[in-house]
Amino acid sequence: MKYAKLIISFVLTITVFFILNTKLGSIPPIGKFLNPYSGIWQNEKTETTSGDISIPGLKDKVTVHYDDQLIPYVFAQNESDLYKAQGYLTAKHRLWQLEFQTFAASGRLSEIIGEKALDYDRTERRRGMGYGADQAIAYMKEHDKETLGYIQDYADGVNAYIKQLKPEDYPVEYKLLDYKPEAWTPKKTALLLMYMTKMLAGYDDDLEYTNTLRLLGKDNFELLFPDFFDITDPVIPKETDWSFIDVAQTPLPNSQAVLDTITETISKPHPDNGSNNWAISGTKSATGNPILANDPHLGLNLPSIWFVMQLSTPKHNAFGATIPGALSVISGFNQYIAWGETNATRDVIDWYKVEFNKDRTKYKYDGQWKDVSIRVEDIKIKGKENYKDTVLYTHHGPVVYDKNFKSDMELAGYAMKWIGHEGGNNQKTFIELNKAKNYDEYVQALQYWNAPAQNFVFASTEGDIALWIQGKFPNKWEGQGKFLMDGSNPENDWQSYIPQQFNAHTKNPDRGFVSSANQHPVDENYPFYVFNDGYETYRNRVINDYFNSKEKFSVEDFKNLHNNNYNLKAAEIVPYMLEHMDTSPLDEEEMSIYNEIKAWKFNNDIDEVGPSIFRQWYGKLYILVWDEFVSEDTALSSPFTYQTIYLLKNHGEHKFMDIVKTEDKVETAKDLILIAFRSAVSKLIEIREEKGNYKWANYKATYAGHLLQALPAFSRFDIPIGGDRNIVNATSENHGPSWRMIVEMSSPPTALGIYPGGQSGNPGSKYYDNLIDDWAEGKYLQLNFLQSSQATDAIISTLTLTPKN
Amino acid sequence: MKNNIYNFFATIIIAFVLSFVLPWWSIMTAALATSLFIPLKKAAVFFVPFLAILVFWGIYSFILSSANDYTLAKRIAVLLPLGGNPFILMLITGILGGLTAGIAAIFGKQIALMSKKG
Repeated sequence: MKYAKLIISFVLTITVFFILNTKLGSIPPIGKFLNPYSGIWQNEKTETTSGDISIPGLKDKVTVHYDDQLIPYVFAQNESDLYKAQGYLTAKHRLWQLEFQTFAASGRLSEIIGEKALDYDRTERRRGMGYGADQAIAYMKEHDKETLGYIQDYADGVNAYIKQLKPEDYPVEYKLLDYKPEAWTPKKTALLLMYMTKMLAGYDDDLEYTNTLRLLGKDNFELLFPDFFDITDPVIPKETDWSFIDVAQTPLPNSQAVLDTITETISKPHPDNGSNNWAISGTKSATGNPILANDPHLGLNLPSIWFVMQLSTPKHNAFGATIPGALSVISGFNQYIAWGETNATRDVIDWYKVEFNKDRTKYKYDGQWKDVSIRVEDIKIKGKENYKDTVLYTHHGPVVYDKNFKSDMELAGYAMKWIGHEGGNNQKTFIELNKAKNYDEYVQALQYWNAPAQNFVFASTEGDIALWIQGKFPNKWEGQGKFLMDGSNPENDWQSYIPQQFNAHTKNPDRGFVSSANQHPVDENYPFYVFNDGYETYRNRVINDYFNSKEKFSVEDFKNLHNNNYNLKAAEIVPYMLEHMDTSPLDEEEMSIYNEIKAWKFNNDIDEVGPSIFRQWYGKLYILVWDEFVSEDTALSSPFTYQTIYLLKNHGEHKFMDIVKTEDKVETAKDLILIAFRSAVSKLIEIREEKGNYKWANYKATYAGHLLQALPAFSRFDIPIGGDRNIVNATSENHGPSWRMIVEMSSPPTALGIYPGGQSGNPGSKYYDNLIDDWAEGKYLQLNFLQSSQATDAIISTLTLTPKN
Repeated sequence: MKNNIYNFFATIIIAFVLSFVLPWWSIMTAALATSLFIPLKKAAVFFVPFLAILVFWGIYSFILSSANDYTLAKRIAVLLPLGGNPFILMLITGILGGLTAGIAAIFGKQIALMSKKG
């Protein structure tokens, strides 16, 4: 009996230990997780920002001041120490995010969250994310050891922080998912830059377009997806003289698209990823100083994508938003210049059909067989055996789709040609921009930038403003890469690149301002073929109209424009919809909602109901118009908003307006408007019953979601902010202005900035999400640009990093 | 009765000391040790170390959390989910620790019985 008791109590003890020490499904190992000395209770604190820390490899002392928003002001004696300190501080405040982003970039999420991420991981690896990062490192090893050296310094800084961590110090997410940080490497910085490239230059619809072309024919395709809309208000002003360009566009070969049927395509980045930037010259500025603004539109996440810092050495002094994992300031200013970016969307992904020999070791090219090379992707999966995925590489790039992935072609596949795989030295552009003193040095810095192509806006204390559209762009033949191409025909390869000095740009234009909002970069007069799967057509016009509306502008005007909620899209279609709808069959409820939207002045402010009615009404209408594009077994993308509105207004009787399902009836735009309205009304009533009302703030319910699938505990919901996609204040549900900056080019520059998050990555810190409310209200932080390492009133504490012998 | 009080405080003190060198399961070691050296009877075998660790972990987590306005505790109490109440999270923390300690103590008691009579 006593033996039995002993054994039972022993088993019970071991069982309890096991249960509390093991991660079970999504439940963390609860004993490890909740105990007060190494569990989450140790994360219940605001970070320390004072004291002395010794760091191996540091050459000199580094002074780090903090202000009351946890912004670090870093004063190093040389660049090597500066980037070590940046690595150290980024890890100190954002370690989990820093590492997680590179896991996501390289397709390693299965390692952390298990098999459910396998499809994601395979996609990222087949997209060649790791391959692209390897190319970038190889390029720097060969051509630029200095930049690679700084990237190594950054890695050393991150690792110095990781090394001194004890398990109780790990960020809470590690405890939740039960893993620990690994060493940082220069490749991780390259991966982070690949992640940005994917986010901003990883979107394409080539395969969907191929299906569309096959199903609808060339004429319909061109009607629905024109290269230029009937209006263009391009980034580079229309009147620009291009006569200095002496290189011609690649001549058109006799090439035919390959009209395959593609069932499923890989996941794409968020289509709203974009931004606004603009700058006005001294003559247009109320104070006589140029003013510059930038607001990148990205997913609204916590921890935020941005981390604000001042980074200085005796030779330079930069301030602005950094991205954990990348060196130097990304969107910011120094004593002489300010810069910011918006995405210069351009089609830099093309697809080639390749045919293999019998054992898939060779592929057909130019009438011969060329060798395939192989990259084995070894994917670790938490709690399971590794998954090995063999990816075939051609000279085009990785064969993403083949018999092993989203395709059933035994001896063929689709290879991806992507600028992201070309290697390059993107990091150098930012390191040089941080130090640039004038227009020439800004142009000098830009030449290293390959991808993602950006509209780099510029202003200087000398009084110049400029905007360069910088990236490495293939010099394509007319229409090249819009559809799937035959990969065996050399004429389909990218033949050359547009020489960098012929990238579209403008300096001190007559109109006194430069701006970009992801619209068409140029008009038809630019001598190269320019195409992308969709250009913004609303924000750009609101911004340009604003700057053409009066003579002088102030910082206050800039704030107003950042927060401008005018819905030009609605203004262009709602009056037409109201006018062309037969209101006679509407009942009382429908009539009252009809009157509500009729009274709307097209501002997407939080207390309006108009924006919600418009979203519902137009949303339903769009689906009805493009019912032809709903298909289970063919990948299709329906046309863009601008062209949809154009067709509704100008081709109301077109056969696309007819609803396919109703065989005995032929609908026109007018019918669709009424059907859409009535179904919108019933949805709005549902929303009203559920949420009390359908005011815009309530309807949109903007949120900033934690990077782990918006884990509610670490996210912020129902943020009261107006705007929407295609509006200058581009805040939709979970996407919008992720950093807002305004810099006036006084000497030294004075600046405002804010972002929807906080400087800390720790959900237990008061600095985790403390800026969100001010951001939503359209307020800014006054950025304290320190001119020397002397602490000012704004500084509340100082951390000193000292060399360790 | 005296042993109950000795055991209670000894468990807390040993658990506290061991926490500097061992992971979270140091409370099991502590409860096991006290049950061997300060023998208890019947239900007290379980409940005394249970209460000791409940109090220890509960108070310890309260001290850490209250110093930071319960910022993280409120979030974790959404995650688990406990309706966002940080005090329930502290109670759960204490109960979990207590339960583990109590069970380890029962095992310790059985060892003690074996060595005594065997």
